[in-house]
Amino acid sequence: MRKTALLALADGRVFRGESLGAVGEATGEVVFNTAMTGYQEIMTDPSYKGQIVVMTYPLIGNYGINDEDVESRRPWVEGFVVKEAAPTPSSWRGRRTLDEYMREQRIVGIQGIDTRALTRHLRDHGAQEGVISTEELDSARLAAKATAAPGLVGRDLVREVTISAPHGWDEAPWDRVRGYREPAAARFKVVAFDSGIKRNILRQLVSVGCALTVVPASTPAAAVLEQKPDGVFLSNGPGDPEGVPYLIEAVRGLLGKVPIFGICLGHQIIALASGGSTYKLKFGHHGANHPVKDLATGKVEITAQNHGFAVDPESVKTHGLVLSHVNLNDGTCEGLRHRELPVFSVQYHPEASPGPHDANYLFNRFVDLMRRAKGG
Amino acid sequence: MPRRTDIEKILLIGSGPIVIGQACEFDYSGTQACKALKEEGFEVILVNSNPATIMTDPEMADRTYIEPLTPEMVAKVIARERPQALLPTLGGQTGLNLAVALAEQGTLDQYGVELIGAKLPAIKKAEDRELFKEAMQAIGLEVPQSGYAKSLEDAREVVRRVGYPVIIRPSFTLGGTGGSIAYNPEELEEAVRWGLQTSPLGTVLVEESVIGWKEFELEVMRDGKDNVVIICSIENFDPMGIHTGDSITVAPAQTLSDKEYQLMRDAAIAIIREIGVETGGSNIQFAVNPDDGRLVVIEMNPRVSRSSALASKATGFPIAKIAAKLAVGYTLDEIRNDITRETPASFEPTIDYCVVKFPRWAFEKFPEADQTLTTQMKSVGEAMAIGRTFKEALQKAIRSLEQDRWGLTLDKPLADLEELRAKLRVPNAERAFVIAEAYRRGMATQDIYALTRIDPWFLENMREIVAFEPEIADRALGEPRVLRRAKQLGFADTRIARLTGSTEAEVRALRKRHGITATFKTVDTCAAEFVAHTPYLYSTYEEEDEAPPTDRKKVIILGSGPNRIGQGIEFDYCCVHAAFALREQGVEAIMVNCNPETVSTDYDTSDRLYFEPLTKEDVIRILQEEKPDGVIVQFGGQTPLKLAVPLEKWGANILGTSPDSIDIAEDRERFAGLLRRLNIRQPENGIAKSHDEAITIARRIGYPILARPSYVLGGRAMEIVYDEKYLRHYMETAVQASEDRPVLIDRYLEGAIEVDVDALCDGKQVVIGGIMEHIEHAGVHSGDSACCMPPHSLSADVIDEITRQTKLMALELRVKGLMNVQYAVKEGKVYVLEVNPRASRTVPFVSKAIGIPLAKIAAKIMIGKTLKELGFEKEVTPPYRSVKEAVFPFAKFPGVDTLLGPEMNSTGEVMGIDPQFGMAFAKSQTAAGTILPKKGAAFVSVRDRDKADIAPVAKKLVDLGFSILATRGTASFLKEREIPVEVVNKVHEGSPHIVDRLEAKEVAMLINTHEGKKTAIDSYSIRRTALIEGVPYFTTVAAARAATEGIEELSKREMDVTSLQDYRRITLAAKTNAA
Repeated sequence: MRKTALLALADGRVFRGESLGAVGEATGEVVFNTAMTGYQEIMTDPSYKGQIVVMTYPLIGNYGINDEDVESRRPWVEGFVVKEAAPTPSSWRGRRTLDEYMREQRIVGIQGIDTRALTRHLRDHGAQEGVISTEELDSARLAAKATAAPGLVGRDLVREVTISAPHGWDEAPWDRVRGYREPAAARFKVVAFDSGIKRNILRQLVSVGCALTVVPASTPAAAVLEQKPDGVFLSNGPGDPEGVPYLIEAVRGLLGKVPIFGICLGHQIIALASGGSTYKLKFGHHGANHPVKDLATGKVEITAQNHGFAVDPESVKTHGLVLSHVNLNDGTCEGLRHRELPVFSVQYHPEASPGPHDANYLFNRFVDLMRRAKGG
Repeated sequence: MPRRTDIEKILLIGSGPIVIGQACEFDYSGTQACKALKEEGFEVILVNSNPATIMTDPEMADRTYIEPLTPEMVAKVIARERPQALLPTLGGQTGLNLAVALAEQGTLDQYGVELIGAKLPAIKKAEDRELFKEAMQAIGLEVPQSGYAKSLEDAREVVRRVGYPVIIRPSFTLGGTGGSIAYNPEELEEAVRWGLQTSPLGTVLVEESVIGWKEFELEVMRDGKDNVVIICSIENFDPMGIHTGDSITVAPAQTLSDKEYQLMRDAAIAIIREIGVETGGSNIQFAVNPDDGRLVVIEMNPRVSRSSALASKATGFPIAKIAAKLAVGYTLDEIRNDITRETPASFEPTIDYCVVKFPRWAFEKFPEADQTLTTQMKSVGEAMAIGRTFKEALQKAIRSLEQDRWGLTLDKPLADLEELRAKLRVPNAERAFVIAEAYRRGMATQDIYALTRIDPWFLENMREIVAFEPEIADRALGEPRVLRRAKQLGFADTRIARLTGSTEAEVRALRKRHGITATFKTVDTCAAEFVAHTPYLYSTYEEEDEAPPTDRKKVIILGSGPNRIGQGIEFDYCCVHAAFALREQGVEAIMVNCNPETVSTDYDTSDRLYFEPLTKEDVIRILQEEKPDGVIVQFGGQTPLKLAVPLEKWGANILGTSPDSIDIAEDRERFAGLLRRLNIRQPENGIAKSHDEAITIARRIGYPILARPSYVLGGRAMEIVYDEKYLRHYMETAVQASEDRPVLIDRYLEGAIEVDVDALCDGKQVVIGGIMEHIEHAGVHSGDSACCMPPHSLSADVIDEITRQTKLMALELRVKGLMNVQYAVKEGKVYVLEVNPRASRTVPFVSKAIGIPLAKIAAKIMIGKTLKELGFEKEVTPPYRSVKEAVFPFAKFPGVDTLLGPEMNSTGEVMGIDPQFGMAFAKSQTAAGTILPKKGAAFVSVRDRDKADIAPVAKKLVDLGFSILATRGTASFLKEREIPVEVVNKVHEGSPHIVDRLEAKEVAMLINTHEGKKTAIDSYSIRRTALIEGVPYFTTVAAARAATEGIEELSKREMDVTSLQDYRRITLAAKTNAA
């Protein structure tokens, strides 16, 4: 049998299971994700920096790990929790097992625990810090470590996942036959802030005709405007939006000067830069089945989500922003649009990967916004 | 969009009798729809010919028509009721086809009836393979290459293009009837001929084979605002080439990456939009090439299907209910999710467990049938199991089938490696177990994959199960860790006991000692993201138990498990009534069942639902958890009944009739003693423990005799034996009599009328629910025989005597609840054949016939009410006749004889009601698919002893304008009685013979009785041809007489329709008049 591993939560609850992936110890905020597929995309999503992810679907790793389904240059989850990791995956694209990948990438994980009990616990008591360890097997001592761990609130995790220098991008979305496709003809010059950007956002932007310059999250407004972009994109990213004041500052300097589209953290940053506020959700939204209503059309889209913080829609009302999308499960703010300026944002992930493609139209909406701004 | 206000009255069409490919799932969907529409204040008109359904309970719809499902009859319902809308998508293929027929013949336009849910063009686009293919190409999706054929030459032309192997699919059939695979020109010829015959349009699709590809299904829902959601993905364990109804299926899809899954999801959404299903659910099937992920669309059902029922049970999302609400104008976001209460229905369920559905076949009933699994569905039922892993769910599903199989084991050992490889290569009902055996013999996954094309992920999971067997054998008894792991892998206690050489009880005790107990988890649509308010539970070996039982007064109802021949929807009907009754009485109703098709496994039928196998181990765990005040075992057929004694021994309080009384009724010697005491007659009988004893007993009681082994149920291997020579043959070949496996021998009452009685007793008072006179003679299994109630030919004296005996036995057995008695009446004498102190197959039929819910009353008796308190003290004799007719699956099994006998073969039943017996019988025949002719030639060929009785029947047919064809013997007998007759050759007398005449469509009906097996074999080709040609066929004089009465009625007037609610008024009026 495999090596024992423990997962301890800050409130003292401990789960005993078996080691998965690398041995060692990993600390992070424990959150659950309810998507049944897409574990590889989830692990490589930089927004999970600082978090240990629990997959609620019990059978993970069934189709293995392939070379294509990556959302960034490496996995970012601090730790990974599953009920059963497939020892022998099956897929025409699979290259290695989940366990092999996690060992290679030094990701500490735990399997064989009652992930539903853990999920219920997080639902009832809130997302909280936790430690997975294959070394400290004393429950009380490990729980004490979890209690002592710093939370996400106020921390700047963006600087750990962003890039150091600008770069271009020319890979378009995945296709079964051709893999990642060639980009469409570029019509708009777009600067994309990388606060931990998912590659599929870049691929979607490219596919609607954006010529991309990806810049570090710390890039000031002036440096962006110097490039005279047709539009600015604000990416997703990890942690508390209030932990990245420099980004808020930069966006404040861009509002009204250029069309802006923000996703997830980018959406929160727009709210903060406009004078609104954000708050932490009890256990966040992490999954691929959240119903969101577009208040303009009344239509419902099934969305991929991954966020622990949300915008208080009341707080932005007086700052020109109106609620454009709402979460039908809990009524939280899922999208904002500026009354006068060419600015809009969504809390969820229209780029999917993993998740449904229902909200893909938003990339075209960004293009329309830029076209109108150009007067074309 | 809120509820539509421009419609008030909605017509729903059910799916008719249970047949292979169309079972209880449509009672589940129809019942949900009735409830949903009534809840919204609509007036619901329902038509269905199947009395064994919950949906045809008079409370479910406002007007309930148990009438034949033909366009003519439904048109009459429309003319009478004038509904404004017809919801065609909840009654299976039957309901959909009827809606199409009604639209095409102009009935809907004539009466201004709007199709809601799916309009005619959408239905046609989805159902017509050529239109569907064009639609798919229009939206850029691939389909297997194919061509339409109206002839063999057309088919050959297509094959020249796409190459062998090809799949032949007839248009507009259900359950893949007539579908097959052809690997060469010879097979093509046969397949196309059969397919053209089966298709109502005389067309088949010849299609590129994607056999061996991975098969997936998505359940999709769309609302009037074009919101589309996927409710569930299903992956078939068995690859393409096996009907999904015959495949082991798994939810959710296991081997698709998100990228591939989303391509499929996008395709499904594009398809439902392109086809134009306005609102409701659809099922879309895909094939995926395992080598490169190429995705092709196979087909779409623009309606609720078997897979929708499975998806509903697998996710907790009630597809049919929501579909009904969408059809009347609501949008998904306007409907709440019942389970979470807070979130809307406009989401995609996510699950945190694995679901496995395993089909149950009935090949033992049709030994001559080809057991290869193909694109034509052959299974008669299914079990579903839920576990936290595929391994656990698979093993739970296997024991849910109740085939005395406790894990991945073979029933009989394989001869050699050759047989093993053959059974891996050719799909068959045993294949999952053969795979396990292959692993035990050291075969590698890639070799098994090469033979089966079952995805290696599934195979590897099976390998893990098998690989743990030696571990269990060596260490499970000694190491709690190993025992716990075994339980997590889904191993049953019984299987662990067999592997370790211990007993089930010992394994249970050991588990108890080490605290290894199953926990319960909730099916909640959302993987625990939100609090669930509906206790829909399954067991698994995890850390946390989330089923805190209530402290209410509570009763557990044990369901009937997977459908099988002999135990089907009738028993689920009774269990559902028990749940309703308990809830009415304020007692918490807890249901245990594992059949995903049923109403009983709907989470809102009972207060709490355990979706679990009905085995001792699994049920005891639930009893430990719930500590119920009582357990009801009387309603689910044999499944719960056989648990009665073990559960009582364990300490459960079995409600109703005591297990001891059940034993008296089942033990031949104790039962004979009871009858002697009560001075009630039974046919002479004996128990033979050897060959010689059988001969001696037969000589004593005289031939013909009915012989059957004591150890099998359902009339298997039961035979009527006319002479000693055949008895010797039977004793040598069919059974091996021994001390523990005796053979039961009864005097066979030739020509007797069989009678079925259902009665209610509270221990002190007995009320007869109904007395049913069988139309086929005793010797045909009661489940296969047509019957009439009230009896149409029994004398008042005989009825009184039957009533007296029934009451006497019920009181003597201190029955609390339902009792069924089978009698034979010969020459005015009444014989008891058997007594079953439990709910019988006929309970729903009788309840519908008299308008009294017998099962509900029985359940209330079981929790202490009396008949007096319940206000049911007097028999109801309705002033009309109700005829029940059985429906058979013979058309699905080429090469199987259609002759009825002591072995039950029917899968379902229909009901015909009319004041006149003849018309009620004619209705029942029409409902069962046998249209009685009004003119033409009647073929008559009967054995000698029937000749005198058939003469008046033939005479009547001649009077009605029929001509008579007869074989030599019958012809000369009839000629002597001055009945005009034309002689026709028997088959062995040479052409032109009767089969030639049949094939030339010169015969309108057949009457053919036979003597024993020999003459039966002679006439086999006649029966088979009649089946294929769809010519009414009667194998007993009684049935022929009934048919003739029906033809006579039909010559006088048309069939009319009347609702159950009106029949109830007629009955009450008659009662008032009498008083």
